[in-house]
Amino acid sequence: MALKIVKGSIDRMFDKNLQDLVRGIRNHKEDEAKYISTCIDEIKQELKQDNIAVKANAVCKLTYLQMLGYDVSWAAFNIVEVMSSSKFTYKRIGYLAASQCFHEGTDVIMLTTNQIRKDLSSPNQYDTGVALTGLSCFVTPDLARDLANDIMTLMSHTKPYIRKKAVLIMYKVFLKYPESLRPAFPRLKEKLEDPDPGVQSAAVNVICELARRNPKNYLSLAPLFFKLMTSSTNNWVLIKIIKLFGALTPLEPRLGKKLIEPLTNLIHSTSAMSLLYECVNTVIAVLISLSSGMPNHSASIQLCVQKLRILIEDSDQNLKYLGLLAMSKILKTHPKSVQSHKDLILQCLDDKDESIRLRALDLLYGMVSKKNLMEIVKKLMLHVDKAEGTTYRDELLTKIIDICSQSNFQYITNFEWYISILVELTRLEGTRHGHLIASQMLDVAIRVKAIRGFAVAQMATLLDNAHLLTGNTQRNGICEVLYAAAWICGEFSEHLEDPMQTLEAMLRPKVATLPGHIQAVYVQNAAKLFATVLRKHDGETESQAAQETSQLLIDRLPLFVQSANLEVQERASCILQLVKYIQKLQQKNVEVAEEVTALFAGELNPVAPKAQKKVPIPEGLDLDAWINEPPSGSESEDEKPKAVFAKEEPKHSRSRHTEVDEKELARRREVRKQEQASNPFYIKASPSSQKVYDAPGVEHIPVVQIDLSVPLKVPGMPMSDQYLKLEEERRQKEKAERKKKEKKKKREKRGKERKADSGPESEEDITPAHQVDIVTEEMPENALPSDDDDKDPNDPHKALDIDLDKPLADSDKLPVRTHRPEVLKSPAEDRDGESVPQETKKKSGKEKKKDKEKDRKVRCRRIQKKMLCSIETRLNQLSWFPVQKSSKHKKKKQKKEKEEKEKKKKKRHHHHHQHHGDAGGEDSVQNGTVEEEEPLPPMSNYSLLAENSYIKMVYDIQGNHQDESKVVVSVIFENKSDSFLKAMEFNVLDSLNSKLQRPEGAGAHDSLTVPFQLPPGVSNEARFVFSVQSIVMPQKLKGTLTFIVKSDESSTHEKLDFKLHFTCTSYLITTPCYSDAYAKLLESGDLKGSSLRLEGINMPFHHLLARICFHHHFSVVERIDSCASMYSRSIQGHHVCLLVKTTVSIDAKCDEPSLLGNVLDEIKQTFSKC
Amino acid sequence: MIKAILIFNNHGKPRLIRFYQYFAEDMQQQIIRETFHLVSKRDDNVCNFLEGGSLIGGSDYKLIYRHYATLYFVFCVDSSESELGILDLIQVFVETLDKCFENVCELDLIFHMDKVHYILQEVVMGGMVLETNMNEIVAQVELQNRMEKSEASDQ
Repeated sequence: MALKIVKGSIDRMFDKNLQDLVRGIRNHKEDEAKYISTCIDEIKQELKQDNIAVKANAVCKLTYLQMLGYDVSWAAFNIVEVMSSSKFTYKRIGYLAASQCFHEGTDVIMLTTNQIRKDLSSPNQYDTGVALTGLSCFVTPDLARDLANDIMTLMSHTKPYIRKKAVLIMYKVFLKYPESLRPAFPRLKEKLEDPDPGVQSAAVNVICELARRNPKNYLSLAPLFFKLMTSSTNNWVLIKIIKLFGALTPLEPRLGKKLIEPLTNLIHSTSAMSLLYECVNTVIAVLISLSSGMPNHSASIQLCVQKLRILIEDSDQNLKYLGLLAMSKILKTHPKSVQSHKDLILQCLDDKDESIRLRALDLLYGMVSKKNLMEIVKKLMLHVDKAEGTTYRDELLTKIIDICSQSNFQYITNFEWYISILVELTRLEGTRHGHLIASQMLDVAIRVKAIRGFAVAQMATLLDNAHLLTGNTQRNGICEVLYAAAWICGEFSEHLEDPMQTLEAMLRPKVATLPGHIQAVYVQNAAKLFATVLRKHDGETESQAAQETSQLLIDRLPLFVQSANLEVQERASCILQLVKYIQKLQQKNVEVAEEVTALFAGELNPVAPKAQKKVPIPEGLDLDAWINEPPSGSESEDEKPKAVFAKEEPKHSRSRHTEVDEKELARRREVRKQEQASNPFYIKASPSSQKVYDAPGVEHIPVVQIDLSVPLKVPGMPMSDQYLKLEEERRQKEKAERKKKEKKKKREKRGKERKADSGPESEEDITPAHQVDIVTEEMPENALPSDDDDKDPNDPHKALDIDLDKPLADSDKLPVRTHRPEVLKSPAEDRDGESVPQETKKKSGKEKKKDKEKDRKVRCRRIQKKMLCSIETRLNQLSWFPVQKSSKHKKKKQKKEKEEKEKKKKKRHHHHHQHHGDAGGEDSVQNGTVEEEEPLPPMSNYSLLAENSYIKMVYDIQGNHQDESKVVVSVIFENKSDSFLKAMEFNVLDSLNSKLQRPEGAGAHDSLTVPFQLPPGVSNEARFVFSVQSIVMPQKLKGTLTFIVKSDESSTHEKLDFKLHFTCTSYLITTPCYSDAYAKLLESGDLKGSSLRLEGINMPFHHLLARICFHHHFSVVERIDSCASMYSRSIQGHHVCLLVKTTVSIDAKCDEPSLLGNVLDEIKQTFSKC
Repeated sequence: MIKAILIFNNHGKPRLIRFYQYFAEDMQQQIIRETFHLVSKRDDNVCNFLEGGSLIGGSDYKLIYRHYATLYFVFCVDSSESELGILDLIQVFVETLDKCFENVCELDLIFHMDKVHYILQEVVMGGMVLETNMNEIVAQVELQNRMEKSEASDQ
């Protein structure tokens, strides 16, 4: 033994440790990847060794490699091994690695429950601490459920170090296992008054986090927090509490009133900026909540704004940033008090710090009014010109558009000005927001009727000067505006002064270099223009102009007919033919204008973006019902008539259709969004959704700086600045007039009432320059009232919306690990929580859809979980062993079977329709565990290995999925004595056929050390790997366990002999098999048959099947009425097929007769026992 | 809540990464790259808050960072954390490192990533602030190191 340790540590000296690895990587800069891959190979070797120190070192190195981006999940099992080391040093390494790379999908997490529980109750506080820290990173719903009670106990640990960690981790437990919130909450609340400030702070932290999501449940804690706020001196705690109050005040105005005074005091007294800032923030929140009720808090607002101004003026950029951030909150309710600091905010636009500029921009959004809009936008336009880097410039552009278009263009008084701003924005080089400008142009032109004439004129000039926009760069996003320009000119061509010229501009050869979708719009709108020209010359006999126009189109359109873009090609050839026909008619002097214009008659009105959603579903329409019978499954495919031209792709069945993966959906959505963005018949979504901050991916697009000596100006275009001047003049004039009028009025009403109008003119007084007629968006008739719920249904915090004030009921208990003699729930009950398909049928369409979605989610999760099931089943066997080793895992087992069934159901979905009527029945008998109410008795595969007064050993043997010659023997050692058992060594006398796997270098007769010690009453599991050659015969191996019994006074050496029984069953692995594959297998004729009759069995058929499944590792392939077919596979790939009949006879087939014979014998034995 | 803590150097090489929400390894690297890209182009005299890492978080999240000599310490936090508080916390963390390593420099972090993790674990746990008192943190770290030493000498 001692020699082994020495040997181990010598080995270690030659291993690389973390530092060596880092050094090595640094020395191999040029071939780092290659070097690391050799290191990973080394690590793999090290992980195979038995020395835990070597393993821990390897895991430590893996943690480093994980940071560099290497996936190390393959070593998850080794990480668990290191976690379960008894030494703190290694344990810590293991838990660190686990916290870095375990997540909910890591299957070995299932194996850790017992280990973590052991560590949590370790006498060493740092073992507990390390386990808590690790668990906080990878806790899963299962772990949370199983460990909640242990952690809750730790909240009252004697050491504050453990208490504070336990309190913090409870938050994670709540998230994963919401049922634990109510039972744990009273203790959590207690911790708010813990004597240790660290624990107190942790409790405040957790409750604040909970309350932030569901504040109304925590209102009753307000007095307690109020007390804490006035007594605590810990700034960190104060900040948290004050933030929490910010979340609570909107729900309880009385609380707000109470808060103002102490908060104001804090603002005046504190020297900590962080605290001051949070106080100001909460005061703002209070004021917002009070603003409706009591208007008289101007003193507090003034104080806040004043303090914020100090922050903004501070040279510390951080304070400046936060000041602006808080300012934007005040803005919402008290815009006036912020607007008076406009100078300061505009100044911040010039700041060198982009974060600050963006914040200032945000503020501007809320500060505009009819009065100052033009001025602010002018200032922004200046910034656009000055801005370096496309990102910020694009941000400015979107902000300008946001500001102008907010609340349905509320602040725009002069739309001519706005159009010219948009036109000016088109001069931006390299912006990617061309489509945004385009949609604004379309929006304004469609909805503001009065502006159409002006817009059309502007767009015509744009089209005329298209070469300036497109330049020579194809990727230039700005050419999107031409899309809008062409459409506006075409649609509202009656406003065009010279349609002929515009038509000519739209048919220039250069147009063919534009993107396809724009060309398509060009072509289509050229046709509209053509119609307008014809109409213009209507009535003139033998109009030269009309015929020239036709000729122009006939000359130019062929260019588009050749376009590679299908859309362009199709439209162009249609229109070309149309024009040719018209030309013929013209030559015969037939009046065509009226008919041609009729092609494009009718007004196109904007449709509200949500219109489609709001159309109510007519009664009797079931969107989920089949319209046609879904295409049938594989069997009937051959009978289909062959397609004439090409082999027809089988249509996607509906089930596949609904399962289009998220990515694909997201992609489609994106595509659709883009389509809608440039489609004039869609009004873009609300302006707020367009706020895009600092979009990624554009930074690296090189900005082409074009140095032009002459400013880029589209000739003949009015500048927006002129409008500003004009507007001011206009307002002056109006004001003067109004004053005159008012004077008159005043003279009339003198003495009766005095109007204080000497100040700046108020909002309402500004009249728009144009008669603006904003067309509202069209909604379908009898649209449903808005009920849009923006809440994310997947928010984990939703589950935590739990009333905490109700007294605890008996049901509010955490699962405790001790005896749970609960009767198994019948499967039907078990399903209640999910959804019962038969019931859902009765529900209304909408509900049904929801349920389906839910069901699908549940099912997906289940299938995901399914893979872990075998491991999970076993895990649960041990976690409940030996106290009550059966109840829990049985449930799991059932669940597993159900899952399997679900999965099959899904698979078979496509031929369901064939027997719709009996489908439900057929399905539910599949596994024999679903329909009957009678619960299954508990089952376990662990059988007794040996027992004496000190120790009890039980074992189970499982095949190894990966290796066809290995089986794993799991032995659970239980200390039955009052003494400590240590130095346990496990040895087996190998046979020719079966050998215990010993570490490299160990002799054939060396024993293996059991990697743990057993305190009194404790049990733990160890696994031993055996290699086997032939698996057709069962086998027995003799072995011995030696151990030292250490009590207070003495220690004795003890030994216990045992016989390991390798049954043939233990070489079988549960493997699912589909019925078609199963049928093929039986038909192949390679299998030899045998049969068996079981006598005296009087258990339900489904129990029988379940037992065969569980004890003998079979799975049910299909169950029809009175018989069921089952399948299993040996580790060496033998197929074993059973046909079990309710008459309790079993027909069996296998490609290895002796294996089959033995398996059948074992099955017989199983049933003879019961 | 803190969503992630990243430490990388002036060239974007990660020195410590700690995600409190699961991301696959390649995504983690992408986040590091993006964060480095966002942070590194900022002057030292601009503010320490940054919105809009697109990969991590979303609108509710902020990057709060400090730049010390060759290293960036970046915390990605949501709105429940006080911005200035987190800045202080980074300072506490760095000062703790300085105490534990005696004049900490990048090399210490390079070669002792595990130890840095152990120190961080005493400051932040599962995305929530555990301890802000530097003396308490240092004391716990030292006690654990002592335990490790005694285990090593036992062998």
